[in-house]
Order: sequence, then C-alpha cells, then structure tokens
Amino acid sequence: MKILVAVKRVADYNVKVRAKSDNTGPDLANVKMAINPFCEIAVEEAVRLKEKGIATEIIVVSIGAQAAQEQVRTALALGADRGILITTDTDLESLAVAKCLKAVCDNESPDIVLLGKQAIDGDNNHTGQMLGALTGWAQATFASELTIDGDSATVIREVDAGLQTIQIKLPAIVTADLRLNEPRYASLPNIMKAKKKTIDSTTPADLGVDVAPRTTLLKAEPPAERKAGIKVEDVAQLVDKLKNEAKVIS
Amino acid sequence: MSVPLLNDRDVEFLLYEFLDTEKLLERPRYSEHSREIFDASLRTAKTIAEKYFANHLVEGDENEPTLENGIVKMIPETKVAWDAFANAGFLAAHQDYEEGGMQMPEVIFRMVMAYVNAANIGTAAYPFVATGSANLIRAFGSVEQKAKFLTLIMDGRSNGTMCLTEPGQGSALGDITTMAAPADDGTYRVFGQKMFISCADHDIAGNVIHMVLAKIKGAPPGVKGISLFIVPKFLVNDDGSPGERNDVVVAGLNHKMGYRNTTNAALNFGEKDGAIGYLVGEANKGLGYMFQMMNEARIGVALGAAAIAYQGFNHSLDYARQRPQGRLASCKDQLSPQVMLVEHADVRRLLLAQKAYSEGSLAMCLFGSSLFENQNSAPTQELRTRNTQLLDLLTPVIKSWPSKYGCISNDMAIQILGGAGYTREYPVEQLYRDQRLNPIHEGAEAIHGLDLLGRKLSLYGGAGYQFFKEDVAQDIAKAKDFEPIKNLAGKLENAMDVLEKTTQSLQQQMGVDIDRGLANATVYLDMFGRIVGAWIWLKQGIIAAEALSSSLHESDEHFYRGKLQAANYYIEWELPAIEQYAELLQAGNSVPFEMQDEWF
Repeated sequence: MKILVAVKRVADYNVKVRAKSDNTGPDLANVKMAINPFCEIAVEEAVRLKEKGIATEIIVVSIGAQAAQEQVRTALALGADRGILITTDTDLESLAVAKCLKAVCDNESPDIVLLGKQAIDGDNNHTGQMLGALTGWAQATFASELTIDGDSATVIREVDAGLQTIQIKLPAIVTADLRLNEPRYASLPNIMKAKKKTIDSTTPADLGVDVAPRTTLLKAEPPAERKAGIKVEDVAQLVDKLKNEAKVIS
Repeated sequence: MSVPLLNDRDVEFLLYEFLDTEKLLERPRYSEHSREIFDASLRTAKTIAEKYFANHLVEGDENEPTLENGIVKMIPETKVAWDAFANAGFLAAHQDYEEGGMQMPEVIFRMVMAYVNAANIGTAAYPFVATGSANLIRAFGSVEQKAKFLTLIMDGRSNGTMCLTEPGQGSALGDITTMAAPADDGTYRVFGQKMFISCADHDIAGNVIHMVLAKIKGAPPGVKGISLFIVPKFLVNDDGSPGERNDVVVAGLNHKMGYRNTTNAALNFGEKDGAIGYLVGEANKGLGYMFQMMNEARIGVALGAAAIAYQGFNHSLDYARQRPQGRLASCKDQLSPQVMLVEHADVRRLLLAQKAYSEGSLAMCLFGSSLFENQNSAPTQELRTRNTQLLDLLTPVIKSWPSKYGCISNDMAIQILGGAGYTREYPVEQLYRDQRLNPIHEGAEAIHGLDLLGRKLSLYGGAGYQFFKEDVAQDIAKAKDFEPIKNLAGKLENAMDVLEKTTQSLQQQMGVDIDRGLANATVYLDMFGRIVGAWIWLKQGIIAAEALSSSLHESDEHFYRGKLQAANYYIEWELPAIEQYAELLQAGNSVPFEMQDEWF
C-alpha cells in the first residue's frame, strides 16, 4: 500500500508572527519555519502504518519555495521513503495546492493521501476537501483514529457533536486532527539516513497546474490593541456606559 | 511554551557566525554531515528537551530520589527522558561510526546538551555523566572493555559514574584510600567508600558502570599510585544483559540544595568479598587518564551553568516585559497606566548584566568546545597542538567564569521578580539553587585558581599563555576597524597589559615564596576570567558591528544591537574591576594570607 503525505512549510508555532509594516502580508523574513504541526501528525500516522506492515511506501510531498525542501527532509528523517518537492514562488491558495496534489496522485496512484486537517498559518481547512472533490475519492476529515481493513478504512472523526465513525473505500483522503497520534522526533541515525533519500523536484507547470491566485490580498494588519480601562465614579455611571457606550446591555 | 529554553537566533549566531561550524564540513571526519543535519539534530534536541526534560523540572525538584531497601527510586519521567535521549542516538552522537556513533562535531553535541541542561539540569546530569564515562572507556579501555561496556552506555542500557571523591578526600585525591587487590583471574577486588557520586544509582537504565579511582596494594603514595577501574553495578553477561550483582551498594543518599533529581550518594565497594573491578589501561596512571577527560567534563559543567543562567535570564526578561509596576520618575500623572518592569532603568541594568553573563557563558563554552574539536580534528598537527595548549590554559577559566557569574546571574533573575521570585511559584528560585553547585563540582573555584596560576601558565613553557595573548591581540586589531567597538578594543588592550604585569609579578612572588605567591590565585582567576569574558564579548561585538554596517531586517538589527550593547556593558562596567585586583596582587597584599586562625 502506497501512502502520499503532504507537508507544508509554515512559521514555527512558537513564533509570534507580525504584519509587515506596509500591510502587504505577514512578515516572514527571519522567522523560524517548521512543518505544520497537523502535517507532522499525518507523517507520523503514515510511518505507523508502515511499521505495522500495512503501508509499503511513504511518499512525502511539499509545495512552495525551494526552502520547503527542509520540511521534506524532516519528513524523510521521520520515516518517509522518498520526497517530491514542487517549487514555485507564487503564494499558493488552497485550490492550487489541491490541484498540484491531484496531479501527484495521478502520477503516483497512492492508496491513501494523508494530510493535516489545516495549516496553522492560513487556518483554511480546505485542501483535503478540495482534493477529495478533484479526485472523486472518499474523504475522511478531522481523523482521530484510522484503521485500515483491506480496501477500506474505518475512521473516527472529531465533529462538533463528538466523535463520528465512518467507513470509507480506498483510495481515500484522510486529514489528521490533533489527537490522531503524538508525532515522534527524528533520531540522529534517521536524520543521517534521510540525507541519502531521494527528493524529486518538479514545478506546477511541469504538472500542468495553473497556480495563479484567484483572490487578492488587500491588507494585512494586526488586531487592534486593547485600550486601557477607565475608572467609573459609581454604579450608575457604569450602567450608563455599558448601555450607551459599550451597548452590551439595554 | 512561553519562555524559550535558549534563544534560537543566538544559537544560530554562536554556531555559524561566532564560530564557523560549517567549516568543519571540510574535514574528512565530517564529510557525511551537512548544516541541514546539524540543524535537524538540534531541532530533535530541542523537542526532546521541551517535551521530556522540561516537563518534570519542578516535580524532580520536589520529589528527590529515595532509597528503599537498597534500591534508589525516582520519578518515572526521568526514565522517559533518558530513553528519549538515548533513542534519539545522542548518547552515541559524537562517537566514531565504527563504534556505533554518528561522528557529530563536539560543538553541535554541546549545543544538544545546552538544550537539555536548560530544560532540566537534574535530569540532564544522567546523559552528561554517562557520556563522560563512555569517553573515558573509549579513550583508555581495552578492545574487550570497549566491546563489553562502551556499547551498553551508548545505547542507553547502562549509565555511568565518575567515582573520585571519598568521605575523607575531595579536592586532594592523592590521599584516597579505596584499595584494589589483584585477583587470580586478572580482575581486581575493590574495597572502599566513595562520596558525592552523581547518578550513583537509579532505576532508569539496566546497569550502572562506575569508573573508580583506587590504589592497587603496594602502589606508590600520592597521585602517582592511583589506578582507574571499571566496576559495574551488575556484572555484564556476554549478551550485554545485567548478570550477578556486584559488591557495590548505596550507603546513603545526599540531600542537596539543587540538582535534586540527580541521585547523589555514598557508595560502598567491597562490603563482602570485594567489588569486581577491571583495570583500565596501565596501573598507577588512573588520575592521568581522568585528567585527560577533564577539559571536556569541565566545559560540560560550565555549559550547564551557562544554560541555567540563560533560563533565568529568559524567565526574568519575560516577567519584566509583562509585569506592570509603577511609573517613571518623570511621570507626574498618577492616573496614567503603570509601565512594565522592563521600562525601569535598574531592571534593564539587571537584564543586561544577565545577558552579558549568560550569552557570554554559552559563547565561552562553545569556544572552548571548538578548541577541543580542533585539538582532535584540525587539519595539521601544529594546529592540533596549538589548540590543545590554548585549551589547557583556558579550561580553568572556562569552567569558573560561567559557574561564578551564572550564580550572580540567577540571583539577579530572582531580584527582578522580587517577592514572586522568592516563591516556588516561579522557576527562578530553583534555577538559583541548581546553579549553586557549579562553582563546586568538577573542581572548586579555588582549585582552578591554583591550576591556572600554579600550573597552566607555565605549562608547555608558557606556550598556551603566549597563544592566548596572540589571539586576543589579533581580535583587538580587527576590532579597531569598527567604529562602534574601537574604544572597547582599546580597553581590552589595556587590560591585557595589566594582566601581563600582574602575571609577571605573581610568578616572581611565587619564586620567592610559593604559598604566599599562590595565596590569591582565586582572585587572579577572576581577573583572568573577566579578561576572557571581555574577549568573548569583543569577538561577538566585531561580528555585530560588521553586520550592522549594512542594512538589515528589523529583527536582525535588534539582535546585533543587543550584542553590541552587551559587549559595551561587559567591557565598560565589568572589566575595569581588574584594576583593583591588579593593584592588590602586584603589591603582594597579604592581609588575607596573614590572618591567623586564633584571630577569628
């Protein structure tokens, strides 16, 4: 069984990201980058399936700047077998990512595509669903448990009302939620081995995908700063202000 | 995690700007490595430190190891951390490929240790002592000993200890009384008691391999009669599994001020028929072997000091940025919002001093590690020798400066938090207690003073000291090209003159009366330490000044300005203290020396 896992290069979760001073987007210069935590969970799940003897090959793919090779390499050190890097300087929207992944699916014919449920930078939660639509394969999003049984999989999903168990036919798209597993760290011998694993480079154009953005970012600005409070003279003034200024009571 | 363990930007700066670690890749030993591998290894180290070491910092402090029916019990998180460190391959990281290691460069390995030290020094002591024991076996053990014991430590199936101190003997090892009697089968039976043994016993690995200094019956007196033995807690079966219990037991635990999750015990060897020990190398050369590993171990201790100071700095900085308190003297409006602590000048002074000590200590330790690296892997014999001699000179300083100023730094961290810092609600009080060990173990401060003044200055005909002066002069010349640090270079140049005069004077005084001449060696050590500290900061200042001469991203601009400010602070505020020391030392002021016991 072949598994395709996608990883996204994002600002490290510890970093406090700020808007650029000209409001054209987040300032990512000099910011520490890492694998999106949900993608890391997807990689871990794939590696566990391989350790259980269910998966035979794990292919990791990333799309973005050349620097995203670092995240592909990290996934290889965690246990993926080979990598694909789709390089582009365009800021990618979810649909473009899903189209690129669809092209990779056409080439590689994986049995399962494991993705993070969303990336911590855009917080869109689009790609898995879009890829499901583009491929016409089954999709199981927000997975907190994944069991493979022959040519189908049982997935427990985290939904608003609690947990939902579904059965899907393979090939399928599964997106990882936080509780699916706890990712391992890359051991030193595996980091050294990862250096020797192959990463194939390609571009969206080579894959026949148009990644031109469909939307335009008008402005990125930080949330308004909280203003200092004031002291009120008495309860009457408080009620008055709540009613007429804050308009939270009537 | 709100408060980082170290500062990733500084780690990058130290490894790739302050030191040229990437240049190591040109050496055949590191041809399989790459910067990507170094960085990935450090990411793993940081993850392990955050997840498995930092998680029980307080718990380990509040629940120190206990002795139950002769067995030491500790909180289970310790074993999880040990296993994580071992499974990641770090215990074997810097060993050779042929021995199952990864040939990781020394500076990268020390940075790995810096992360776990910053997270939890009490637990980090286990891998620290284990790698020290492993290095000792690797350097001096026989092929059979390496096959039997080294692999056990490298894959985490055994820990190690260093058994030097005895109840009666700490700093003066020549008088140890632990004895080893030759047995018919070529092994030895060890009898005696060892004291203050870190990681002496625990339930985190299957076995403990003690590296024990003892005297073989009939050996010459003093340090020339000391031999080194491997004494495992359990005899080791051929498959590496623990076999029969050896005759070594925990006599009692010591209850410490800090480092509480590190077992520290008195060990009894040979309560019955004698503990089976295996002689390492030749008889009577044990202390020499031990000392050859000392540079490394001493830098390791100092690195722990640097990491604890760094944590204190990070915590107090975080607090100072978030805690509103009072208004500036210039503000007359009592209804205006309070300012954050960091806006008060005195708080910034305390933070800047901590920055100078903690970042300076980490830089100094890594610089020492780079000398250690070069001593082993520099391309020419001449360079290797030069680095050995310089490292030998600087080791007492690299051990002592971070340990001493680490304590002062952690004290300042508490001061910034005020009453909150004195409570156990915040980690700064524990960091302070943990830190206090560092000027004591692996050679107390005074021992290093004696070592520097009495031994290292004149070792190799004074070559190490000569190289030191050359290297500092070179950096001073370089710094003079940069306007922002020109004046700092001048100050260090003057300090070097003062050092030279004081050194000559003390050497002359020692020639007349060795006891009197060495009486204030600790003060000389501090003076030397301040100069090395200033040099390390000048080196960082040069890089910062160079970087700031071109246009930078705002965050880099702040980073380098901070480096420059800390260099200014250290050289302008802390270096001048040597003037007073120099005056006392050069005059041979003997007030403390002439104080008499009866007068106290």
